[in-house]
Amino acid sequence: MADETTRLATAAGPDGTTDVPEHLRRELEEAFERTVGSEGRVEPRDWMPEGYRKTLIRQVAQHAHSEIIGMQPEGNWILRAPSLRRKAILLAKVQDEAGHGLYLYSATETLGVDRGELTAKLISSKQKYSSIFNYPTLTFADIGVIGWLVDGAAICNQVPLCRSSYGPYARAMVRICKEESFHQRQGFELLRTLMAGTEAQRAMVQDAVDRWWWPSLMMFGPADGDSPNTQQSMAWRIKRHTNDELRQRYVDMSVPQAEALGVTFPDPELRWNAERGSYDFGAIDWDEFTAVVKGAGPCNAQRLAHRRAAHENGQWVRDAASAYAAKQEARRREGVAA
Amino acid sequence: MGADDSAYQALAETLDGDDHRWAFGAGFDAGTAEITAPPPEGVDRDDLATYCLMLADDALVASQRLAEWTTNAPELEEEVALANIALDLLGQARVLLARAGHLGAAERYRVGPQDDEDVLAYFRDERAFRNVVLAEADLGDFGRTMAWMLVYSSWRLALMTRLVASRDVVLAAVADKAVKELAYQRQYAAQWVVRLGDGTDHSRERVQAGLDGVWPFVEELFAVHPVEARLVEAGVAVDPAELRAELDAVLDQVLPPARLTRPERPAVGLVAGRGGRDGIHTEALGPVLAVMQSLARTHPEATW
Repeated sequence: MADETTRLATAAGPDGTTDVPEHLRRELEEAFERTVGSEGRVEPRDWMPEGYRKTLIRQVAQHAHSEIIGMQPEGNWILRAPSLRRKAILLAKVQDEAGHGLYLYSATETLGVDRGELTAKLISSKQKYSSIFNYPTLTFADIGVIGWLVDGAAICNQVPLCRSSYGPYARAMVRICKEESFHQRQGFELLRTLMAGTEAQRAMVQDAVDRWWWPSLMMFGPADGDSPNTQQSMAWRIKRHTNDELRQRYVDMSVPQAEALGVTFPDPELRWNAERGSYDFGAIDWDEFTAVVKGAGPCNAQRLAHRRAAHENGQWVRDAASAYAAKQEARRREGVAA
Repeated sequence: MGADDSAYQALAETLDGDDHRWAFGAGFDAGTAEITAPPPEGVDRDDLATYCLMLADDALVASQRLAEWTTNAPELEEEVALANIALDLLGQARVLLARAGHLGAAERYRVGPQDDEDVLAYFRDERAFRNVVLAEADLGDFGRTMAWMLVYSSWRLALMTRLVASRDVVLAAVADKAVKELAYQRQYAAQWVVRLGDGTDHSRERVQAGLDGVWPFVEELFAVHPVEARLVEAGVAVDPAELRAELDAVLDQVLPPARLTRPERPAVGLVAGRGGRDGIHTEALGPVLAVMQSLARTHPEATW
């Protein structure tokens, strides 16, 4: 961020919320707008408007929660993975997701919240995660389809965020997108193998595609007309494209991939529109989307209960680690004193 | 949309399935050439295959147990660490199963087009698994898992450290890699055993109960099976009886700062003198394998 703002931020205090005289606040805001408007990066110690900070915390926490909850549908198949190579790939992928959750929670810590606080909000439903993970994984083909379609949609959403105006998030996204892209290829490779396999395997793939296609389109969020925060987030450069732009891009990319794979999408209205240079597609069931967002999806209760149980069952371990660290610290001090 | 939005594009170009980075955790560092190396001179092929199965099953079954922790760990760092350890063990198992397969161990189980490692992992029944029963034990809570891991990794590290000198090139190569992985596992487990033991009263009770729970499976780790005895003679295998002192030394080092006591519990009984190395397991193994093998066995003609 510009030097002048760093200077002002230091004057204002690192949290940016201290009482600042009105004229100074205006200067800070203008410097912030200039930085963001010129594609500069905002760093943790810089002054930022409270709305920007809150929106970012919500956005990054939701992403972190999605990584952690997203481990569950895939984790459902680790123990049953039908070859050792697939087991290793899946276990490594789910481990990567835990790692992504870690970086993202660390990014939120630079905004003044901690992981424990955010976990408490997740398990008490005060913060959300991506609704896609409220659908069940019913066959092993779902693992491939999640890689191809769900990770594919996530990449469409996330690659632009490598240019987010908030530095720590942008940097985390660079690393995450590289790994996601790798996961997507692994998913597609699994599906290609199954499509070249037995009749039962091919049927398994089509069934999985039929179940995941519409939910994957919903991953881009409400239609632009129903997405009230988009405009502000785009002005702040923490969102780079509208939901509908990204959704269209995803459809346009996915259709030829489906053809290459030999599967169809469950949408009779899906067809090439030469005039637009894009695929037209049918109407999304927004009632289903709203219901799942509000907690009435097939697995919402199960996912949260699982996460809550893991967290609560681990409390004694975290307590022990804290108690041990405190004892060690006390011993060190005694040692120093003696 | 900008040029830097294109990470997605790579998909279409790289679909040939020849990118070896896809085989995470495969650990085939021993190399295909070595997997197919002949047994050392004077070594019985079946004995060597059986020994590979013993060491492979110890790792495969333990890896499957550790993978049960996925999404259930007490903290994200532990989530990452436990998955990593499970992957390391899976990698060890895969090379050893491939080696056993190359020596002919897979043929009697083959029903479809699968690779040897998958034939041996998915189409062998419980009675044909050769792991020590410690590997199949219920891992219980995090305290028991850490106590289990301290014992398991200390024992396997002692074994692999010696196996580096094996006359069999594949065993030596597997051991060379495994030593580094197991040193990390032992350190991870030892740190947690100390933290839990010297943490709160409650955590001390839980980790002590965990250690007590796995203790009856420790004695079997030092028993010498006839196959091992013959291969020790041939300079190929490690004598399990030699490993006791090393496990004792680790426990003598870790248990006092952890405020834990060495359990006084009898070893689990054998069936007519036979245990895991003979395919006589506890009742815990059956359900573990049932879950692991279910999908592969539903489609015996399929590859994945």
